[in-house]
Amino acid sequence: MSQKSKFAAVAFVLAIGLPGAVRAAWQPAKPIEFIATAGPGGGTDNFARAVQNIITKYKLVEQPIVVVNKAGGSGAEGYTYTKSMAGDPYKIVFGTSNAWTQPMVSKVAYNYTDLTPIAAMVQDEFLLWVKQDAPYQNVQDFFKAVAAKPAGDFKMGGAQSKDTDETLTRMIDKAAKVKFVYIPFKSGAEAAVQLAGGHIDAHVNNPSESIGQWKGSTQRPLCAFSPQRLPDGPKVTATQNWHDILTCVESGLNIPQFQQPRTVWLPGKVTADQAAFYVDLMKKVQATPEWKEYIERTSQTDTFLTGDAFSKFIKDDIERTHKIAADEGWLISN
Amino acid sequence: MENLEALMHGFDIALSGNHIFLMLIGVLLGILVGVLPGLGAPNGVSLLLPLTFGMQPVSAIILLSSMYWGALFGGSVTSILFNIPGEPSSVATTFDGYPMARDGRPTTALATAFGSAAFGALAGVVLITLSASWVAQVALAFGPPEYFAVYFLAFASFVGMGGSPPIKTLVSLAIGFALAAVGIDTVSGSVRLTMGIDELVKGVNFVVAVMGLFGIGELLIAVEDEFHVKAISSKVEWREVFRTLAGLPRYSWALLRSAAIGCWMGITPGGPTAASFMSYGIAKRLSPRRANFGKGEPEGIIAPETADHAAGTSALLPMLALGIPGSATAAVMMGGLMIWGLNPGPMLFIEQKDFVWGLIASMYLGNVVAVVLVLLTVPIFAALMRVPFFIIAPVIVIICTVGAYSVSNSYLDVMMMMGFGILGYLFKKLHYPLAPLVLAIVIGDKAEDAFRQSMLMSRGSLGIFFAKPLVTTLILLGAALLLMPVIWRTIGRMMPRTQARP
Repeated sequence: MSQKSKFAAVAFVLAIGLPGAVRAAWQPAKPIEFIATAGPGGGTDNFARAVQNIITKYKLVEQPIVVVNKAGGSGAEGYTYTKSMAGDPYKIVFGTSNAWTQPMVSKVAYNYTDLTPIAAMVQDEFLLWVKQDAPYQNVQDFFKAVAAKPAGDFKMGGAQSKDTDETLTRMIDKAAKVKFVYIPFKSGAEAAVQLAGGHIDAHVNNPSESIGQWKGSTQRPLCAFSPQRLPDGPKVTATQNWHDILTCVESGLNIPQFQQPRTVWLPGKVTADQAAFYVDLMKKVQATPEWKEYIERTSQTDTFLTGDAFSKFIKDDIERTHKIAADEGWLISN
Repeated sequence: MENLEALMHGFDIALSGNHIFLMLIGVLLGILVGVLPGLGAPNGVSLLLPLTFGMQPVSAIILLSSMYWGALFGGSVTSILFNIPGEPSSVATTFDGYPMARDGRPTTALATAFGSAAFGALAGVVLITLSASWVAQVALAFGPPEYFAVYFLAFASFVGMGGSPPIKTLVSLAIGFALAAVGIDTVSGSVRLTMGIDELVKGVNFVVAVMGLFGIGELLIAVEDEFHVKAISSKVEWREVFRTLAGLPRYSWALLRSAAIGCWMGITPGGPTAASFMSYGIAKRLSPRRANFGKGEPEGIIAPETADHAAGTSALLPMLALGIPGSATAAVMMGGLMIWGLNPGPMLFIEQKDFVWGLIASMYLGNVVAVVLVLLTVPIFAALMRVPFFIIAPVIVIICTVGAYSVSNSYLDVMMMMGFGILGYLFKKLHYPLAPLVLAIVIGDKAEDAFRQSMLMSRGSLGIFFAKPLVTTLILLGAALLLMPVIWRTIGRMMPRTQARP
């Protein structure tokens, strides 16, 4: 019996013996590429690498996984690359909501409809941060100070242009009836340093982008753009942990919820079996203790949206962002 | 004194057999990835990162940073021997290192580079040791206008230097700025200059540009040139290494000046690339042997190498303290930091004393290990120059192709690299300077971002560049450097020509 026919015989026996397993059909047969739409060390990169580490540790997939960073063009490089890989189930792209918001405001060569959605796995939170020694102790004082100065005197920093940070800034403008000047930097970490140096007045960083600075008493959060308080945990500073920070609604700024989902996609034109395999894989990843540890370490909120729930989420988010983008004149004309 | 005590404690941690072993491994791997095509420090460090997850943070950072030192030294090897800079910061080393190596003195060129690099790194570490507690504070003073002023200073010190007709420098600079603008613009978020090629949204990568401009461009020139086709018969001499090192103190003024420039640019966040260009530019203007620059002048190697390593080293701590990575490699290391459970930020210095001082101590030791290892290998590397051109030429093409492809696994990059090769060839043939082009590609977009962020802050008023003492000083310094050649020429013209004809 040749090697091949031996293998075929085994496969045949398995097929008879385990019909259920065989119908689960598609399994990867070669190495898988994870494409992070951010540079090494960024939030999306950490996300992709956390998933990779968990899969490798528990051997959830037999094939090796490599993480590739395609961060160019605020992530457009990675999405465009994935789009060009239509039908290839070995390319998984990791991103955020920019998969659908970026095509709205810049002429990039992809749209989220070119990709096959797998899941939204985490929601990163946003907070309003000010410099440690700023005179205002709460949100109300802060906006009183902003309103007292001429429009455009207060500088809000953030990562990228026309992305989540600037969108949120414009929502704050509307909710508090003020007008910030928005200064875009390359990353949230850069904005945090600029705030520490007093070059800007505020920013809306994610917890993981500013935790080191908060610990080091260069800046402090005023409120969290979250429907309820962030989860309880160890103290970050001597007196406070994330749970001690008021929600923005509690403190009088009426923006009940603003979060950034971390998303997973396949290229377009893959089969339903292939997509189902990865949905299932991500569910397994989410069930591990290492995943819990990742969520806690980065102070994000665990979530798992897939299928219709994910589509609805995208639709809602597009509606909301579109309105702001239209008001601000960001929409690209075509 | 408190710092010295902490440093001694750091040596206690770093001087264990285990850690020395990690340093050796790290440095050797680093030299390897620095020299090998298409790897480079960032990739090397990412490949090692998963291995460090089980380690103590301090052991992990010692391994990774040793690899970084090794890669920095290794990167100079390809710059000098093949005119292919592996990191942006070693571009300026090619200007005199490569001509010297071609001239039959590869051993001298390499030993000079390594010796001055070690001196620069040492200067950087000493500075960090003495000022670790407040070094981060200095960096905090830098907002967008100050950033712009530092970049302006770097451009000014290099561009005003002369050598080429100003108009050619300007053309070269303008092409560089245009290339730096390709891709997504940080400030407006819109796509620029992609010319209908979707993939160009990622921008023009530095490695791709430099591999073509220097590696392939030089190759094309060499093919024309009878002289280059012959192999260089360099003697493999250990004595030459020591003779070169012993001769370095003759350049002590250049060494000190370059180290000072490097340290200053490292702390003010100008970074190693700007530092090496600036140091080369200033050396070329101040050196008594300025006419030899570009033809294999030792001072032309000493200036950029010393400044590069001084800046690279002294930039590391503000980076940890502020949480902003200054280079791709540093970004990977910072990713590691988070995975090891440390948060980069001001508290790192207070909460993680063992880690920080262990790292500083390992910077002393790691650099010593690196320079010893790398000096031992000089004759071996220099022997590469004896390989005949018909073997080396295809190898260079392979290095450049693999290097360009591995940046982001893209064929477009390989095509662009070839295109840059032709551009580099044309530049050389028509006597346009390449350096302003490269400088503009590397820091052009940063300078633009900083300028436009400043304009947003000031609502369009240039007054922001004269609003605070720090930024005003920097801008005036830059303007002075830019205008110096013009002023000198005018003075020279007004003075009777007594000195011109002895």
